[in-house]
Amino acid sequence: MASILLIEDDPLVRRGLQLALSRHGHDVRTADTGEDGLREFGSATPDLVVLDLMLPVVDGFEVCRRIRAAGDVPVIVLTARGDDFDVVSGLEAGADDYVVKPVQPTVLDARIRAVLRRSTSTPDGVRVHRDLRIDTSSLTVSMHGEPVTLTPTELRLLLTLSRAPGQVFSRQQLLEQVWEHDYLGDSRLVDNCVQRLRAKIEASPATPEYVQTVRGFGYRFGPV
Amino acid sequence: MTRRLWPRGLRARLLAAFALVTVLGAAAAAWSSAGSASTALVTSTEQRLAETVVGQIAPIAPQLTYPPDQGALDRLRAAIGADTLVTYQDLRSAAGAGPELITDALRTAVRVQNRLVTQRIIADGRPWLLVGTPIVITAADGARTPSGIEVYTARDLTDVDRQIDALARQAVITAALALPLAVLLAVLAAGSVLRPVRELRDTARRLADGELDARTSPRGADELAELTVTINEMAESVQTSMAAMQRMQADAKRFAADVSHELRTPLTTLTAVVEVLATTTDGMDADARESAQLAITETHRLVRLVEDLMEVSRFDAGTAQLRMEEVDVVGGVRNCLRARGWLDQVDLVAPDEVLLRADRRRLDVIVANLVGNALRHGEPPVRVRISASREQVRIEVTDSGPGLPEHALSHVFDRFYKADAARTRTPGSGLGLAIALENARLHGGDLSAGNADGGGARFVLRLPRDLEEL
Repeated sequence: MASILLIEDDPLVRRGLQLALSRHGHDVRTADTGEDGLREFGSATPDLVVLDLMLPVVDGFEVCRRIRAAGDVPVIVLTARGDDFDVVSGLEAGADDYVVKPVQPTVLDARIRAVLRRSTSTPDGVRVHRDLRIDTSSLTVSMHGEPVTLTPTELRLLLTLSRAPGQVFSRQQLLEQVWEHDYLGDSRLVDNCVQRLRAKIEASPATPEYVQTVRGFGYRFGPV
Repeated sequence: MTRRLWPRGLRARLLAAFALVTVLGAAAAAWSSAGSASTALVTSTEQRLAETVVGQIAPIAPQLTYPPDQGALDRLRAAIGADTLVTYQDLRSAAGAGPELITDALRTAVRVQNRLVTQRIIADGRPWLLVGTPIVITAADGARTPSGIEVYTARDLTDVDRQIDALARQAVITAALALPLAVLLAVLAAGSVLRPVRELRDTARRLADGELDARTSPRGADELAELTVTINEMAESVQTSMAAMQRMQADAKRFAADVSHELRTPLTTLTAVVEVLATTTDGMDADARESAQLAITETHRLVRLVEDLMEVSRFDAGTAQLRMEEVDVVGGVRNCLRARGWLDQVDLVAPDEVLLRADRRRLDVIVANLVGNALRHGEPPVRVRISASREQVRIEVTDSGPGLPEHALSHVFDRFYKADAARTRTPGSGLGLAIALENARLHGGDLSAGNADGGGARFVLRLPRDLEEL
């Protein structure tokens, strides 16, 4: 049971998805434009936003950026094209995950639940690596004692990697563990999220010391 | 292999023809001028000799006594020259060097015609001019009577012959000198004729290579210029119709993409609501339940069809992109079978791991299509065999059915091809194999259809691999 804000301009799609997601036990509010969506978002913060990218006037990318700037509410974007441009732009705007229309509500529901699970803690103490401090029970991260704001997805990725420092995780493993995707998950989700995470915790993202790339394999948590 | 007497190239032919004509012309001109010159030479020589003889006789004739005696004849001979014979009836002057050459024909001619006669003969391999003349007595009153004395003389013409030979040689040399000149001129002429031809050829080549805006600028107003204009017009019309065709093709592709794209919106709604329907069928009566089931099934099929159409239009538009990563083919195939619940119907024969740089999703699409096809159209068990060499990875999918009919082999990869027109429609989109083939080609590999020895249909996917990259 989560409160969801669905921003979608086509009235039938909006209604159809609202019906289906409600059947899955969510509380769904809807908006038909970007501006309307941002207004709704401001009036009562939802647990998660499902956002159509093809919106009139203020497009989905812009809405996504503003939601991201306002806090760490997860965003799943709906794209009408599985085309690379939309997907990459959506991820760069800060989306946590994406689904391609026509999406089966069961799949969308599974993605929603997976994203929401990222903010639930599995306490196993505090991990300190050099200047980085990760508290797994309060789900807070600080750098040089300064708190770092991470989205649930970025946090889940960092937790997964730092659980076994030095171990190489393939993109597929990360997709399954962080995003709970099947074996065909889109590895660009991982790459994009790693970039955003580095921008927040690395002193110089180009030469990272905490999240390191292992060419041809995936990522591992340093420093080793 | 016969030797060609006539060269094949246009340039060589032009050169040969030009040279031949020039040399023949020069030779003909030289020969005819040499011929007329030699005729004139011979005539004038004969005339000169005859006049000389007459001139020598003239001062002596009046002093002759008639009838002349041997002495008179000898004196006359001495006056004219050593190579002379003077006769009077049966008397003959003492023999000189040439008189034995005098022919009876000449003597007869002199007597019959009663005037100076000349004859050319060849003796001892040398040319001679024989001159025979009767001596005529002219009385004071002008009456002329033949004296019966005849003077014969023979003159060697070797010098004249030599002169004629020299003339002929001159003619040959003239013709020979004309040859390089002719070749030079021919080269120039061929160049000026062939340059536009070559330009036309280059333009035609560029047109053939797809440069439809290639043109040759016509020069002058000759046939070549006309040909150039004609070719330009042809290229123009080809370009116009090609552009129109490409526009239509692009429009058709865009239309397919747009239509598929537009279909996504209603399909999103449908997909959402049939799922709601599916959860509420329990309370419905049998007919409504069946109707709901049909709606659900057909919606899913529509979704598949639109997905496949979108994919095909991406291939057509050339916007299909590979996202290459390191893939374990065996694990990928196993995942593909597991995700679709086919593991118990498919016999997988493979090594533990086969690494390959490939697009994970596209590989999954190919395998799902091949195995799905085998299960739908063939008979179980379906066997998937994966093998790898250094250069390529090979995936064979074989079913245990009757195999593909001969006429279907070349069409199975066609879009919307149905091998058996009478067969009931299947849940496939009709685009699966076409998409699988495009995906294989996108990887630089290929996909082929055939029949196994055991009789079942066999599809073989080959993907190139570069172990260096892994």
